[in-house]
Amino acid sequence: MTDLATLVRDRRILICTGSGGVGKTTVAAVLAMRGAAAGRKAVVVTIDPAKRLADALGLEGLQNSPSRIDGEWPGELWAMMLDTKSTFDSLVAKYAGTPEQAARIVDNPFYRNISGALSGTQEYMAMEKLYELYEETDFDLIVVDTPPTRNALDFLDAPQRLTNFLDHRLYRILMAPTRGMMKAVNVATQAFLRTVSKVVGGDVIDDAIAFFTAFEGMEEGFQRRAKRVAELLTADETGFVLVASPRRDTVHEADFFARKLREGGLDVEALVVNRMHPKWGDELAEATRARADAFEGTDLGGLYANLADFQLTASREEAHLDGLTESTGDADVIRVPMLESDVHDLEGLGRLGDLMMGA
Amino acid sequence: MQPEQFFASSRVVIVAGKGGVGKTVVAATMARAAAMSGLSALIVEVEGKSGLSAMFGQADLGYHESRLSAGGGVDGAADIWARTLTPDDALLEYLSDHGLNRVSKRLVGSGALDIVATAVPGIKDILILGKIKQLERDGVADLIVLDAPAAGHAITFLRAARSLLDTVRVGPIQTQARDVLDLLTDHARCQVMLVTLPEETPVNELVETAYSLEDEVGIGLAPVVVNGVYPDIAGLDVDPGSAATAVGAALRGGEGGELSAAATFRRERTALQREQIARLADELPLPQIKLPFLFDAEIGPDQVDALARALLGEVESIVPLPAAGSAVP
Repeated sequence: MTDLATLVRDRRILICTGSGGVGKTTVAAVLAMRGAAAGRKAVVVTIDPAKRLADALGLEGLQNSPSRIDGEWPGELWAMMLDTKSTFDSLVAKYAGTPEQAARIVDNPFYRNISGALSGTQEYMAMEKLYELYEETDFDLIVVDTPPTRNALDFLDAPQRLTNFLDHRLYRILMAPTRGMMKAVNVATQAFLRTVSKVVGGDVIDDAIAFFTAFEGMEEGFQRRAKRVAELLTADETGFVLVASPRRDTVHEADFFARKLREGGLDVEALVVNRMHPKWGDELAEATRARADAFEGTDLGGLYANLADFQLTASREEAHLDGLTESTGDADVIRVPMLESDVHDLEGLGRLGDLMMGA
Repeated sequence: MQPEQFFASSRVVIVAGKGGVGKTVVAATMARAAAMSGLSALIVEVEGKSGLSAMFGQADLGYHESRLSAGGGVDGAADIWARTLTPDDALLEYLSDHGLNRVSKRLVGSGALDIVATAVPGIKDILILGKIKQLERDGVADLIVLDAPAAGHAITFLRAARSLLDTVRVGPIQTQARDVLDLLTDHARCQVMLVTLPEETPVNELVETAYSLEDEVGIGLAPVVVNGVYPDIAGLDVDPGSAATAVGAALRGGEGGELSAAATFRRERTALQREQIARLADELPLPQIKLPFLFDAEIGPDQVDALARALLGEVESIVPLPAAGSAVP
């Protein structure tokens, strides 16, 4: 078992995963901040931070490259917000044979839709950005937040999914008319394209064909890149931090997630359970509830009822976690108490860090 | 406002909000409250895996309607139905309805929908909303509750019709988009119910979403739901020792400290919640429906019943806005 503080000191890459609304971005920011506190040059890549947290991290609008945050730490803390489109644009520029080819792709209406409409693109670009930072910069800790996908694992197979898309067999169908393939294929293809055009209109198909034509020859570069990104995710210097909240539904999702990661040969090294209700006393909620009922209608009855409420919630939350800690194996489990207010500044992040990893 | 009047505001209610605010619970609660008022309800899921069926103690949902809770019981409640809609299924159905059965399997089976969906962003959303429109027209239930994808995706989802009209200028998809837009912008047929927690970030996002939906889509907004509000409890500001003395009881060792710490925590969280609720009221002039935080943390049929009763109570205290139409000035 590796504790969270060790991960922050030793790993080169930490990936925060979990379902939406559990505080992944906040946890990612805390990890990077603690990395800086441990003397490292750390960067956090956020996907869609809440406005006040973005402000606290100095993220005004999309920049797509890290900017430095000043603070009292021996190392350096940098932050950036992922811009899916411009990450994709630079990837295209990198693999295009000529600047003209890159321009033809980037100007294509079909391409412009890819970043917004194709599922998995955002996930892929998050991983692509991670790879770029890993290869081309001297950050020694890169913490990545992942998009709040329903399937939560999308980012793992996103690179493969996008390359499959680019190398889709329909691509060949679309390309057939321009390549003069066998006549038999052509007839079927034309019928198919006519049908699709009937439903969505002809320009759309023309754009798609133009896109795939422009993309020709680049698939291989994309494939190779996707493979290297996948290798990086499974490397020893990469660690996964699973973030969950103690509610039954998010615990279920986290559980599903942990199993999937393991199936993919990746271990969850730390489980951060955010916003746990506080627990007071060792009494069973039922016993406290009985006292509340005995004094019902009095101030004392109210005080007992309130204590019973929290004891019940705390025990339910612990019960939910029991199942999850089984599926995360020997991952370090960090329980973060619900604070009296939301965290949205550096001071709050610092306090959260103390709660997660000790002062 | 009477529950009948509330549920008659529009047949379609789209429940939307950021992840983790309890959208699905609210969708279930709306359906249950309608059923309690004698109106049949259909809940439509688009993402699957939401735990909706468990809230009614039932197995998982499929594309076809399944009954989550039968009507005609002792309480005279109506049926609650549910189904899952996926773009692939909706596309197959759409194509076969339009005499394109032969290619439909191929289009979906080959993954070609991905290519078409990329070529025409929003097409998946339109397929889902188009199906909702069809369910509405067929009058399958008195109330249709759509558990929308998590926001910001919710805005893209609802904006799909308008942006599609710009990209696709001819053909059946264009007609479909126009019909969907007609539904979305007709406040007597369809409204969006936004859900939030009484916390700063979700409240900010709700306010932003509300204004975007009204300005960019022209959609009607139902009252907003504030979920997870701590119910009031008496005695939280009284010292436990004095509270015990007042009723002639004795506290056990250490108990005073626990009672007082728990009381302080609840008081502070409640004060923060009130602050956010008041801020929401300031920034968004829509009626609020407050649903209580459930300390038992397991949403099953009993909890949905309790929430539905709370919702009906809140509905009765809503004063209908004098001017129908735009709620956000």
